[in-house]
Amino acid sequence: MEKALERFYAAFAALGIPWIVPQLILMLVVASLVILFISVSVMFMIWWERKISAHIQVRYGPMRVGGWHGWAQSIADGIKLLIKEDVIPAGADKLVFALAPMVVFAAALAAYVIIPFGPNLIVRDLNIGVLFYISISSLTVVGIIMAGWSSNNKYSVLGALRSAAQAVSYEVPLVVSILGVIMTVGSLSMIQIVEAQQRIWFVIPQFAGFLIYLTAALAECNRLPFDIPEAESELVAGFHVEYSGMRFAIFFLAEYANMFTVAAIATTLFLGGWHGPLLPPWLWFLIKTYFIIFVMMWVRWTLARLRVDQLMNLGWKVLLPLAFLNMGITGLVLVLLG
Amino acid sequence: MEQIEIIEPIQETMEEMYVNMGPQHPSTHGVLRLMLKLDGEVVTEITPYIGYLHRCHEKIGENRIYTQVIPYTDRLDYLASMYNNFGYVLTVERLMGLQVPERAEYMRVILAEMQRIASHLIWMGTFGLDLGNFTIFMYCFREREKILDLFESVSGQRLNYSFYRIGGMPLDLPDSFLTDCKAFLEWFKPRLPEYDAVMSDNIIFQKRVQGIGKLDQKTAIDYAISGPMLRGSGIKWDLRRDDPYSIYDRFEFEIPVGSTGDVWDRYMVRRLEMAESVKIVEQALRDLPPGEIMGKVPKKLKPPAGDIYSRVESPRGELGFYIVSDGSEKPYRYKVRSPAFVNLSVLPVIGAGHLVADMVAILGSIDIVLGEVDR
Repeated sequence: MEKALERFYAAFAALGIPWIVPQLILMLVVASLVILFISVSVMFMIWWERKISAHIQVRYGPMRVGGWHGWAQSIADGIKLLIKEDVIPAGADKLVFALAPMVVFAAALAAYVIIPFGPNLIVRDLNIGVLFYISISSLTVVGIIMAGWSSNNKYSVLGALRSAAQAVSYEVPLVVSILGVIMTVGSLSMIQIVEAQQRIWFVIPQFAGFLIYLTAALAECNRLPFDIPEAESELVAGFHVEYSGMRFAIFFLAEYANMFTVAAIATTLFLGGWHGPLLPPWLWFLIKTYFIIFVMMWVRWTLARLRVDQLMNLGWKVLLPLAFLNMGITGLVLVLLG
Repeated sequence: MEQIEIIEPIQETMEEMYVNMGPQHPSTHGVLRLMLKLDGEVVTEITPYIGYLHRCHEKIGENRIYTQVIPYTDRLDYLASMYNNFGYVLTVERLMGLQVPERAEYMRVILAEMQRIASHLIWMGTFGLDLGNFTIFMYCFREREKILDLFESVSGQRLNYSFYRIGGMPLDLPDSFLTDCKAFLEWFKPRLPEYDAVMSDNIIFQKRVQGIGKLDQKTAIDYAISGPMLRGSGIKWDLRRDDPYSIYDRFEFEIPVGSTGDVWDRYMVRRLEMAESVKIVEQALRDLPPGEIMGKVPKKLKPPAGDIYSRVESPRGELGFYIVSDGSEKPYRYKVRSPAFVNLSVLPVIGAGHLVADMVAILGSIDIVLGEVDR
């Protein structure tokens, strides 16, 4: 891998082309690969969610498109959304309205940089990996507020405000719940965190942290029971109520891409990443990630939605103290074990 | 024609915001429009605007002969058509002093109580939707589907049955009905704990509905609230027991009541009423006598001059019909006392001061059907 890259750069250098050109080509290739992966995985997840929800609700879900259990339904839906008319409401702030889905998607995309699919399958092993993810994931809320505000619709403003409040409340316990793992490993690099779990997955010593992370992650993804920013029965669709066609598709894509990221981070931090017997590492990683995604879907189709104030109470009064307690105990144990 | 200004000009301040909820909104259960005055997330004022589904029901009724009104009553509370038919034919029968054969009375009660179960099932499902629980909706519709199948086997219709006739019933029950209905009840009874597992026992659900939208007994009586809403407030008032009509005085059943009058109590009243309806249907199926299904009714229905108000306990409350007869073939005046309309009138009182999410739950707990509110 390393040698191939060196030769790639050398070939361009030999022709007298500045290093920036191969660098850009490389970036383009990697970014395209990631976007390809996101699209395929999101389409699969949407189909999967429809099937899971259908079977929970004693029905079949999509069965026609593509033949086998409607596997091509998401592709058909995607094409439909792509060819729809691009509508911008008359009262909207056009520039911000157009930018908002891009901001949301860019944030979702950037998080994929640090996801370790396998020992060598990572875009860049940043030494601040976890920190990078935390900061990038908070950017999503900027896009959501842009969308809600620029739509010039009261429902979307309410949705955006709720989203901001929720993001602030749940980012904190999310970060604190991760700290236990980081303290144990002593590094923020995703690769090193996975390698530290060779013998034992962190879900065992850090079980409380895992649960807190999962709860906060559900809120981070705006999924039931924390889908308050888009609460269908109250705000219709919340911040993206005015969006349709392609722009709506991008929001949708970003939402599911975020879900994958959150599950992938959970896999990396708590479920031992790519470690596992027999099967290749990348497959183990995907199995674990999709298992967490399945749990998230399961929760969504079983529980009712919380109220805004209950959400805040849960975040600040329950999850955060628990996360701090978990961090304190981890620190104590680490000190005692030396 | 002079244009009537319905909406007063709105002055918004920085703190308060007016939000128009409906007539196209997923949780207004039809074409109800609510003007909400929001202070942040808190609803400070609710103004319902109704009339989007107005069909001049009562005026049409005055231009039709008595039997022709029955199909129109289907469209009142379209989730409980059987009960509307029931209420209307009962009123005309009382006005004319007609006798209904025993078997027809039992059929009426069986179908009406099955209809109550179906109506409460829809309510439970859509209430789940209001709170973000999608799965209960599908469960409830699965059961309702079976009830509709039964109704279809009886009347040939699945929503607007027009099945009751003045003086009796038009068709006898099909041969398979008794076994099918018993099989359904046996299948349905274990489903009720299943709903508890998804809804009542869920801590999130409990936290969402307990203690909100409190309706105290005085307000309930002042606003003439009836049905499960009134019983949720702890007043044991059920027309099936307190003003028995048809043959309801022959059956044993409990009347579930709440204590505090919050959304949870209204939920529990309806949830328990389903089990009571099952009991009534079982008793009626057991006692169902053979015999005639249509009483002696004159060819031309000409009730004697006079007026009558008669009421039944529909799934939503006191469904009353007021008819003034001038001795002709058509009612001189015809008025429907719709429980959903009356119950909705209390929403501004019990809904104000809550969060938007609670307001949705409170509205859901009133169980309105706009076909009946607007008539």
